[in-house]
Amino acid sequence: MKNVKSEAPVVVAGLRKSFGKQTVLDGIDLAVEAGETVAVLGRSGTGKSVLLKLLIGLQKPDAGSIRILGQDIAGLGMDALNEIRKKMGFLFQQSALYDSLNVEENVAFPLRRHSNLPDAERKQRVQGLLADVGLEGDLEKMPSAISGGMQKRVALARAIALSPEVVLFDEPTTGLDPITASEIGKLIRQLQKQHHITSVVVTHDMHAARKFSDRMVLLNDGTIRAEGTFADLKRSQDEFVVQYLREAA
Amino acid sequence: MSYVISFFEWFGDLGIFFGRMAKSAFGRPFEFREFVRQLDAIGSKSLPLVALAGAATGVVLSLQTRDSLTRFGAKSLLPEVIVFSLIRESGPVITGLVVSGRAGAGIGAELGSMRVTEQIDAMEASAVNPYKYLASTRVLACILMLPLLTLAADFFGIVMGWVATALAEPMSFQLFLHNGFKEVGFNDFLPPTLKTAVFGLIIGAVSCFQGMRTSGGTEGVGRAATSSVVLSSLFLILADVVLVQFLLVFFP
Repeated sequence: MKNVKSEAPVVVAGLRKSFGKQTVLDGIDLAVEAGETVAVLGRSGTGKSVLLKLLIGLQKPDAGSIRILGQDIAGLGMDALNEIRKKMGFLFQQSALYDSLNVEENVAFPLRRHSNLPDAERKQRVQGLLADVGLEGDLEKMPSAISGGMQKRVALARAIALSPEVVLFDEPTTGLDPITASEIGKLIRQLQKQHHITSVVVTHDMHAARKFSDRMVLLNDGTIRAEGTFADLKRSQDEFVVQYLREAA
Repeated sequence: MSYVISFFEWFGDLGIFFGRMAKSAFGRPFEFREFVRQLDAIGSKSLPLVALAGAATGVVLSLQTRDSLTRFGAKSLLPEVIVFSLIRESGPVITGLVVSGRAGAGIGAELGSMRVTEQIDAMEASAVNPYKYLASTRVLACILMLPLLTLAADFFGIVMGWVATALAEPMSFQLFLHNGFKEVGFNDFLPPTLKTAVFGLIIGAVSCFQGMRTSGGTEGVGRAATSSVVLSSLFLILADVVLVQFLLVFFP
């Protein structure tokens, strides 16, 4: 009989990570099925962003395994890891657009390196990606000259430029006004459906998480305290889960 | 004790950084666009400052040496002393220190800022090796531009050395050059100029290393910029001591 969990694009087992004496993740088990969106919630400093950085190999776990698209990334060399990364996208909390490149060049950056598209086709693809995230002008503007919401859209276009199978979102709506946050949330949902992307979304925003996730995971003290749909979480009797949902409401 | 451990850790980390960068530098694809951008940022944009520093050194050498040589009755050696001093030592060291101050601080601050705003993480997440794209391009640009900038410093130093000399006592530029270069050989010119490639390696590697290991927000960026200049200048001067001895032995 096939092991269904091992076929999921993202499978994490027994994941542990500490910084000095502080244990941030203490035995995380998580599987994200193809096309599924899982929101990871929890208090600040509970290791949500660390989890995302571990998933894309920016940090190394102390113990446990991380299987992305069928490969354990913990033991991979740089070249093999980069082959996996080409099939992944990452939206950073502060957008992390390259200061020295304009909007168009930022989105074209992964395409320029990992595709053989001729200049004209690449330009067309970049324009298409920016149109997908609701940006059609401002191609020549530098990141410092556009608003936070626009930076988030550009970063989103860059994250999906290589048509990734897995996209990781780190606080996609934090720091934005409610209307822009809602627009970004809708955009993420639309892109997920359009491109059939598997996503892990780290967020504090319970309202946004309910809108664009299929399942939620609540972290506390380095472990998963609750997992399931919002309705499942609401039924939980766990003291922390009850308190978190009450405060989030 | 912890300072001693940190000291050795720093060198160990620098060695690992250098190894990763060297390994990535010569593999495909070569980041030509970024390399050219860095040639401009480190080379062309440092040229005015290097030219000014070289010119000032030429003037100071003329003013200071004239007095000493006059006392010893060797005033006719002034062009020779200016040219020798500039091309053998003053030009290379002044260029190294100026580039260390300007480009070293720029590299440290730029990469430090990229580190704290997660731009380097974004690059890695995009499957682009930052050691190759950011570090090796800057280090190679420093290695290539330092000897060329040294030539510029030497040129402006000699020209302004002549101007200062001619203002005190009229002398044609042709005669100044003839007197200045009549004893200059290959070993006086090429090895000291090429040794600045080592200065470039030091400035580029130390500044990239300090920038890419930045932590602690904007305060960390400030520290990265300052430490890039201080450490690269310090290592440059120490390397010069070794290189001068090396050149005296192998290119007497």
